[in-house]
Amino acid sequence: MIDSTKYVGPKWGGVINRFMADEYSLSNIDATRFAGQKLGGVINRLLDDTPSKDLGIKMVTPFTLVLVALIGLAAVVAVYRLIFGIGAASNLNDYWPWGLWIGFDVLGGVAMAAGAFLIAGAVYILNWKKYKCIARASILNAFFGYLLAAISITLDVGRSFVIWHPLVMWQINSIMFIVALHLVLYLTTLGTESSPMVLEKLGWQRGLKAVSRIMVGAVMFGVALSLLHQSSLGANYLIVPAKLSPIWYSHLIPYHFLVSAIMLGLSIVSFETLLTGKVFNHKPPRDVVEGLARGVMIVGSVYLVMKVWHLVTGPGVGAVLDGSFLGNLYLIEMTVGVILPLVLLSFRSVRTNLDRIFVVDILVILGVLMNRMDVGVFGVSEFAARSGGDYFPSMMETTLTMGMIAFAILGFKLCAKYLPLFPESHH
Amino acid sequence: MTISRRTFLKGVAGGGGLLLVSGIPLADARMSTELPPHAVGILYDATLCIGCKSCMANCKTQNSVPGGALYKKGMTAPPYESKGPAGDEGIWDAPQELSGKTLNIIKVYKNGTGEKKDVAVNGYSYFKQQCLHCISPACVSVCPAGAFRKDPENGSVYYLAERCIGCRYCQLACPFGVPRYEWDSAWPEVRKCQLCRHRYAEGKYAACAEFCPTGATIFGKVVDLRNEARYRLTLKPGTEYDFPIKTVDSAEKSRRPVARYADGTYGLTEAGGTQNIMLSGVSFELLGFRKKIPHFDLPSLTWAYVRKVLWVFAGVFTGGTTIYAITHRNDKEGSHD
Repeated sequence: MIDSTKYVGPKWGGVINRFMADEYSLSNIDATRFAGQKLGGVINRLLDDTPSKDLGIKMVTPFTLVLVALIGLAAVVAVYRLIFGIGAASNLNDYWPWGLWIGFDVLGGVAMAAGAFLIAGAVYILNWKKYKCIARASILNAFFGYLLAAISITLDVGRSFVIWHPLVMWQINSIMFIVALHLVLYLTTLGTESSPMVLEKLGWQRGLKAVSRIMVGAVMFGVALSLLHQSSLGANYLIVPAKLSPIWYSHLIPYHFLVSAIMLGLSIVSFETLLTGKVFNHKPPRDVVEGLARGVMIVGSVYLVMKVWHLVTGPGVGAVLDGSFLGNLYLIEMTVGVILPLVLLSFRSVRTNLDRIFVVDILVILGVLMNRMDVGVFGVSEFAARSGGDYFPSMMETTLTMGMIAFAILGFKLCAKYLPLFPESHH
Repeated sequence: MTISRRTFLKGVAGGGGLLLVSGIPLADARMSTELPPHAVGILYDATLCIGCKSCMANCKTQNSVPGGALYKKGMTAPPYESKGPAGDEGIWDAPQELSGKTLNIIKVYKNGTGEKKDVAVNGYSYFKQQCLHCISPACVSVCPAGAFRKDPENGSVYYLAERCIGCRYCQLACPFGVPRYEWDSAWPEVRKCQLCRHRYAEGKYAACAEFCPTGATIFGKVVDLRNEARYRLTLKPGTEYDFPIKTVDSAEKSRRPVARYADGTYGLTEAGGTQNIMLSGVSFELLGFRKKIPHFDLPSLTWAYVRKVLWVFAGVFTGGTTIYAITHRNDKEGSHD
């Protein structure tokens, strides 16, 4: 615990100290006092953190305060963007219509959510019971990934208030229409898949029963939606053979996106299991993490073969070795995200060491996110530059993206504290 | 879980069947690759262009009226400099690029001494940029809300602002980089040439053709324009020819010597063919029209993906149900979850 009186004087320091001491934890507030008996009771039950006491999650920490500050700044940017328009808030232009928000928040956010359908499918359809203990966390994680993508795309489109148009004005030739429909359907599915946590907490048996009845169907629906959604983000780029650099453009780009998302999804789930093990009082299940690492190795190998095949049959190996900016980006992306992780995982000493797996997870996450930025932002740079365009994200674009990441982290933390995120099964 | 496996399997099978049935209308949704029956367009012959930019000025005035491509409800002034500051009435806007305010632009190519017209080396040439009105337009196929449409009769590609959500996928997808965005607006629209479709009802046609003094831009039926272009390419450079003015079938002609054309007709195969076509004395590549443009209809690239979508649902539900039945055969009813 930091003693703030040392920095800001006894008076303010005292106030901050008291605040940080979790004395005013949300669970100490009696909601019935202001929200009425019924609603207040529900809120009280929801904010009761005794079941997760053993995780030792502190809500008021310097890190959390930074997250809140970032979210606050992002909210300001969001309001500014809605009032003054996309041109005022971003550095996007006619030659570079899609930037950071699409490249990172949407393409990256959705790819990071791929863990959920894999784990849910493994648990509910394949009946691999071992992974049940991480199912809730990975589904929640995906929920935030998709929320991040959904909020960002809402702010990215120039007419945010009519973003619902594709849902009623169907245009089935458009991959973007398919993306929009999937985004909404899958968010609903993830909400359904996550709802048992809330219902359990509230003790609403009837709702719980109803959800468990449709759970397997929901999981299958989620698997189908995810397969399509992950690949359709890549399919968005099928129509730009003359604009996207041949280093990334391929008729198989939907499959590249899907397979790399699966690789990323497994890594994210493993990363988050290990991370929650590090920051919460919670022991990561060893066999689960090792299983995920094996998954990363298998899927990563498939991805590597696909990418090498594309390189050899498409632009040629020379295209990435010529020292060009895009060639170097490709080399970094592939080295960090695929080759290095696969080499590391080929050692038994890495596969069986949780800390080393953690490092591999981080590499894969960085590499695949970089791939999305390469396709979404840098890949069109040659076309844009030839037409006279240039792009670097504005302060506001960067701030919003950081705020969205902060939102996902804080949201996950809140859920870990107040919801039964880690079932007792593996304690 | 209290649901019986039998009920569950039935439900899944029924749902999958419903999905397949609902997929049948998909068969008709594919975009046409044929020229519409009364397709109209523009032939721009760079060798006749004198760079007066009359087309640009008149494009702006004619499109700033209700129905025009630059018109916006509640607009207080047209989106161009119609009047300078007091005491300097002679000012006009001089756009450098296509933009949310400029649908059509004349640019110049210059090389070396820039003396000879329509010659690549030590010469110069004008060229025109605007929407080419693809036969199978990428912008129409990618728009998630159907804000871009292709007229089934005359084939003009137009925009319905009230549907647009502003995702700018059209900008990314257009192989010619044509659609422009109103970046300075809080409620922006996508802007591009709509072939003056709002003027057809009054018996008028594209303003750039009507106000072109030399016949560099002429309007007409695409088949006629293609024939005209093909005929010009057969003429011997230096011989005199009566070039039609304003429209391809016009009685008004301008007799001029034929220049040496560099390439064939631009727009016959580019992106699967376009309704606006071009001729030039300097190769189109030098004028900035990229050689890398695909010579087939771009929407077919994404259609190949779209048509698989329902099969994925069918596959996942059938496969998933089968796997579920196998993996859960040893679980007693109600024992899992």
